[in-house]
Amino acid sequence: MNIRIAVIQFPGSNCDRDATHVLNNVIGIQADLIWHTNFKERKYDGCILPGGFSFGDYLRGGIIAAHSPAVKEAEIMLKDGRPVLGICNGFQILTEAEFLPGALLRNNTLKFECKWVHIRVENNETAFSNQMKKKEIMDIPIAHSEGRYFYDNLKELYDNDQIVFKYVSKEGLLNEESNPNGSFDNIAGVCNLERNCVGLMPHPERASEEILSPFKNTHGIKLFNSMVNFIKSKVI
Amino acid sequence: MEYIVEVVLENKPAARDPVGSTIQKDLMAKQGYDMVSNVRTGQYLRIYVKAENEQLAEKLVEKMCNDLRIFNPVTQNLTVLSVKKKN
Repeated sequence: MNIRIAVIQFPGSNCDRDATHVLNNVIGIQADLIWHTNFKERKYDGCILPGGFSFGDYLRGGIIAAHSPAVKEAEIMLKDGRPVLGICNGFQILTEAEFLPGALLRNNTLKFECKWVHIRVENNETAFSNQMKKKEIMDIPIAHSEGRYFYDNLKELYDNDQIVFKYVSKEGLLNEESNPNGSFDNIAGVCNLERNCVGLMPHPERASEEILSPFKNTHGIKLFNSMVNFIKSKVI
Repeated sequence: MEYIVEVVLENKPAARDPVGSTIQKDLMAKQGYDMVSNVRTGQYLRIYVKAENEQLAEKLVEKMCNDLRIFNPVTQNLTVLSVKKKN
């Protein structure tokens, strides 16, 4: 089958080209970079809301983009089971659109945090983590000012198994030192109840080629491979 | 008639406010203002709106802020500080 993925471009997006490059040239599936007002869901098997600072992050990160027509198209995709991924600013958009629980607040460090971190897979049964092992540790970079995950009903997230990734130490320990932004319970990424929508603050598209990784690995590509696997398994 | 509606958005008490605590701990307390026990920051919006009267102006602003998610109900509370007639 010919899989076709849309990478949505908002004014102020970044890493949109990186995500498109990884899908086109590293994985080898068709990915189109599409301006947010031109996006039509019916042509696509999945979509990615990339990182950046859509609409200048005015008011709050992701809130203006959450009103974009592209997000309404993404909602249609979600409702019929197609995968939607939000990376960094894309994660903020998905929480502001209420597709994902919680919100992303300003880092407790009050700094733009740009560094490689380690995340642990908590749920490997989502559209974007099915090619990972549970409790697997992945090296991946972050680059954000507003990434402090907040949700006042953690029990709900645990009961529904919606936590997908947590920040941990290199050894996999869950502690304050390994939490780069003060996120509740070290949460780095969550999913919806249907498991076809995932948002995370780290950037998998920047960790999908050995040449870009100080650890000389390609852990980020597993998210995209998971998406491809999810799409294929649905078709079969 | 045009009204000026002043609105404040602030994080819910359960969400830490690192900007507020930096102002309180690293500025006020260190400069001798140790009588200040807490500072919470927020966003201030002054909205100019046409409406028939003050009550309707306030209601309209509240509805608009809810409908458009001007504040994020997951993390923030919205308070209307005042409604004044524009001179």
